[in-house]
Amino acid sequence: MTAPSLTWLDLALAALLIVLNALMSVWLNLGLARALVVAGVRLVVQMLLVGMALKFVFALDSPWWVACTLVAMLAAASYEIHSRQERRFVGLWRYGIGAGTTMLATVFVAVFAMIILRPEPWYAPQVTIPLVGIVLGNVMNGVSISLNAFNTGVARERAAIEARLALGANRYAALKAMQRSALRSGMIPIINQMSAAGIITLPGMMTGQILAGMAPLEAAKYQILILFLLAGGAGLGALAATYVAVWRATDERDRLRLDRLQKAR
Amino acid sequence: MQTHALRRLGVGPVDLQIEAGTCVSLAGPSGAGKSVLLRMIADLDPHQGDATLDGQRCSQMPAPCWRRLVTYVAAESGWWEPTVRAHFAADTDLSVLLPAVGIAPEAAMWPVERLSTGERQRIALLRALTPPVRVLLLDEPTSGLDGTSAALVEDLLRERLKKGASILMVTHDPAQAARLASRHLQLRDGQVAEVARDEVKR
Repeated sequence: MTAPSLTWLDLALAALLIVLNALMSVWLNLGLARALVVAGVRLVVQMLLVGMALKFVFALDSPWWVACTLVAMLAAASYEIHSRQERRFVGLWRYGIGAGTTMLATVFVAVFAMIILRPEPWYAPQVTIPLVGIVLGNVMNGVSISLNAFNTGVARERAAIEARLALGANRYAALKAMQRSALRSGMIPIINQMSAAGIITLPGMMTGQILAGMAPLEAAKYQILILFLLAGGAGLGALAATYVAVWRATDERDRLRLDRLQKAR
Repeated sequence: MQTHALRRLGVGPVDLQIEAGTCVSLAGPSGAGKSVLLRMIADLDPHQGDATLDGQRCSQMPAPCWRRLVTYVAAESGWWEPTVRAHFAADTDLSVLLPAVGIAPEAAMWPVERLSTGERQRIALLRALTPPVRVLLLDEPTSGLDGTSAALVEDLLRERLKKGASILMVTHDPAQAARLASRHLQLRDGQVAEVARDEVKR
């Protein structure tokens, strides 16, 4: 069995739900109508554009075009990490720290996944692009949450960190507690997702595969694989990001360098 | 301990020398850069110039080693563990140390949030004094204390001076400066000047 193809009419019917919500918001004066409609329109435009772009890349079936797509995705993720920071590193580090660690973790996990999945040919866009996309999204979340927790925490706990430094702790010891708590914040979403998978909701990918006609057990196995990849990627990315952040928020004389962090406007 | 042309944020160049076993007081209007100077000596901020202890240059030893010898205690220090006890080495006998600065020995097990500002100030000083430190850089060590507690802190510092430690102390209390310090410095417009004893008292 394969999934029935959706018609435009089907989508229009589903869109009625958004319209209904927006009308309720206007009626009850909740002030959400505009944001809801804008988000709905964005969803349609973005998804159709991405669908068309992917159709184009899939048809070309060239490793170079796949690489270009992945680089564009990575650039967008790096910018997103940057814009989610309340405090950012100054200079090119504001992008560099997110871009570098996200790339490291995503590439590592993607290569790992490709060894497991063995796509044919190895760069098969139908496999690599969605796979890197979902891994990238989770690495991005892990990195941005951890970095934000670290950067704001360092500023908040300045007195405690400097007291430790003043008493002769080195920079890694003085920032260890901060690094740990930042890492924990970044990892909790994926840990919760793994613990709750299948109990409260069926994860999105598994739902999609079952709707598309895959046997539930096969879909479950795929979902497990994906969640392992996501947890691995998020953990690795957050770990790398907090290490770079510790290194960058201090200098070789074990001084706390808050001058290298600035508040986002 | 000697400093050589320390300079940062409009403070300096500062050249001073503090003999072992002596206390030097540092006064000056708020915002004159007294803390900046103390932090520079402890190498807690990027700066120009250097400091030496027994001829050993700060810039040529690892910063944590330098700070274990030359320790800065902020006016309001920070805390990184839940209890008072956890901020000290496991073999520290707090039941003796705490009463010496007028704090009940039970306070060792208290959470830090339960302490008053003055108690924190004294415990932060004890925390810096438990390792064998050579130079103490104290930023208003008794600013929040009543007379009795301040006298206990002064006794503690005197005992350290006798053992050969040096102290550079920011204080706004001329009487305290006169009691503890043998030399008095004034920081104004980024420059350190030595002032006479009676000038401090005024």
